[in-house]
Amino acid sequence: MRVLARMAWLELKLLVREPITVVFVLAMPLVMLFVLGEVFGSTPEPEGNVWRGQSPIQFYVPAYVGLVMCAIGVLTLPVHLSAYRERGVLRRLRASSIPAWTLAGAQVLVTVVIAAVSGVIVYVAASARYDISAPASLGGTLLGFTLSALSFASLGVLLGSLFPSARAAQGVGILLFFVMLLLGGAGPPREVMTAAMRSIGDALPLTHVVDVLQGPWLGLGWDVASTAVVAAILVVSSIGAVLLLRRR
Amino acid sequence: MEPVISVEHVRRRYGPVEAVADISFEVAPGEIFGLLGPNGAGKTTTVEIVQGLRRADGGRVSVLGLNPVTEVGALRRRIGSQLQESALPARMRVGEAIGLFGSLAEHRIDGDRLLERWGLSEKRRSAFADLSGGQRQRLFVALALISDPEVVFLDEMTTGLDPAARRVAWDLIKEIRAQGTTVVLVTHFMDEAERLCDRVAVMVGGRIVAEGTPRALVARYAPEVRMVFTADPSADLSALDRLETVLQVQRWGDRVELEGVDPVLAEVSATLMERGIALRDIRVEQPTLEDVFLKLTKGSAV
Repeated sequence: MRVLARMAWLELKLLVREPITVVFVLAMPLVMLFVLGEVFGSTPEPEGNVWRGQSPIQFYVPAYVGLVMCAIGVLTLPVHLSAYRERGVLRRLRASSIPAWTLAGAQVLVTVVIAAVSGVIVYVAASARYDISAPASLGGTLLGFTLSALSFASLGVLLGSLFPSARAAQGVGILLFFVMLLLGGAGPPREVMTAAMRSIGDALPLTHVVDVLQGPWLGLGWDVASTAVVAAILVVSSIGAVLLLRRR
Repeated sequence: MEPVISVEHVRRRYGPVEAVADISFEVAPGEIFGLLGPNGAGKTTTVEIVQGLRRADGGRVSVLGLNPVTEVGALRRRIGSQLQESALPARMRVGEAIGLFGSLAEHRIDGDRLLERWGLSEKRRSAFADLSGGQRQRLFVALALISDPEVVFLDEMTTGLDPAARRVAWDLIKEIRAQGTTVVLVTHFMDEAERLCDRVAVMVGGRIVAEGTPRALVARYAPEVRMVFTADPSADLSALDRLETVLQVQRWGDRVELEGVDPVLAEVSATLMERGIALRDIRVEQPTLEDVFLKLTKGSAV
C-alpha cells in the first residue's frame, strides 16, 4: 500500500513533467467546449428533441468530463504503459520487487486525479462563459464520475498490457479516441445521428459513460443499463489486465 | 561451505532456439563469479533465470537456499540486480529513483553515500533521460546495491563506460566483495573478468565449455607465451630448438620471435647467455583470458 501511494505520487509528478500529455488532456475538452458552445449556444432546441431536451452547453459539460477519461483510457495510458514495457521500465521495477500491478494501480489513481482536475476546470470554464447549473445530484455525480474514471482507467491498463509497442498503442488509441469523440455522445447529439451511427455509438464505452455522468448531473435519474455496462467494463478490464500482467 | 547459488541442468528454449542447453554451476559465498561468452551465448538468460525474472524449461536452481520461481518475493529482497536493457521513466530523477527503490528495502544503505561513491551526487536532480550512458549504468549499479543485498548480479555493467570510469567501477566492485557480498558478473570484457573474477565460466551456444580460475583457464587452454627480442643476425640460435619449452622460433633479420610455454623465458635467457649471445629489447607477451576466450569461442562468433 505504501509502495502504491509512493508510486502514484511519483507517476503524478512524472506526468506533470511531460507537459504535452497534460496540455492535451486538459486543453482538449476546453477547445471542444468553446467551439461547440459558440456554435450551438446555450438555448435548448425549442421542440426539446435534441440534446436530451437540455441546453447544448449543459448537455456537453458532463460529456467532456467523460471525454477526458476516455482520452486517458484509450490513448495516453496505454501509450504510457506500453512505452514502459518496451523500454524495460517494467523489468527494472519487477527486478526491484515492484510488481506490474502496483504500477497499474498507481496509473488508475493518477487517472482519477487528472480526470477530476480536468472536470473541475471544464465546469469552472463553462460557468464563466455560459449559464449552466450545478449537478442536480452532487453525490450521484461523484459516484458516477468515480465509477466511470475507474472503468476507463482499467480499460487503459488492459490496452497498455495488450499492445506490443507504444507505436501500436498510439495508432489504435487515436482511432478509438476519434471514433468515441464523434459517435460516443461528446460530438453530434444522438438525436441527429443515423440509425447506423447510433448502433455503433451504443457499442462504445464513452456513450455509456456519458449517460452515467449526465443522469445525476442533469437530474435525469440513473441510467441503470449504462451503469451496468460501465461496471462490466471495469470488471472485465481489471480481470483481463491482471491475467495479462501476471503472464508477462 | 554451502554454495550461494546452485544451478543444476538448467535448460531454456525460445521457439526453435536452445538459448540455454543444460548448464550447471555453483557460486561460493563471497566470491566474484564471472559468466563470459560471446553475444547470444545464453549468459543473460541464465542470470535472469537465477534471479527469477524468467522461468527455466527444466533443471533446478537455488539462490540463498530459495527457489527463484516459488520464493521469488523473499529472494528479491536479498539480491540486487543491474539488468541489461532496462530503463527508468524518462523524467524520473536520480534522487527519486534512489528514494523509491530504497523505500522497498528492509535494510537500506544511505542513498546519499551511495550516490557519492558512484559519482552521481551532482546528478541528484537530473532526469534519467538527461544522464549519459555511463551515468545511467552507474545509477543502475547503485540501485542494485541500495538494499544492501547478499548477492548482486551485474549484467554488462561496464558497457558504455569510458576507460577511466571502468577502472573506478572495478575498484567499487572489489569494495562490494570486500564487504562480504557475492557478485555475479556477466561480461564480454576479458580484461574485466581477469582483473575481478575469482572464478569464471565460459558459455558458448548455451553450454558452459570451461570453468575455473582465470589463471587455471589460461594455463590449460592458452599456455603459449610469446617472446620477442633482438639478437645479432649471425648468432647461432639452433640450441633453442632443443629446448622442450620452445615451440617455434622465427627470425626476421635481427628480430627473433619465439613461442613457448612456461618457463620459456628463463630457459631461453640462460641458454643464450651460456653461449655468449646477447639478447636485447626483450618483450614478453603473457597469454590472457582473451586468448582462452578466442580459442574456446572460435567458430561460434556472431
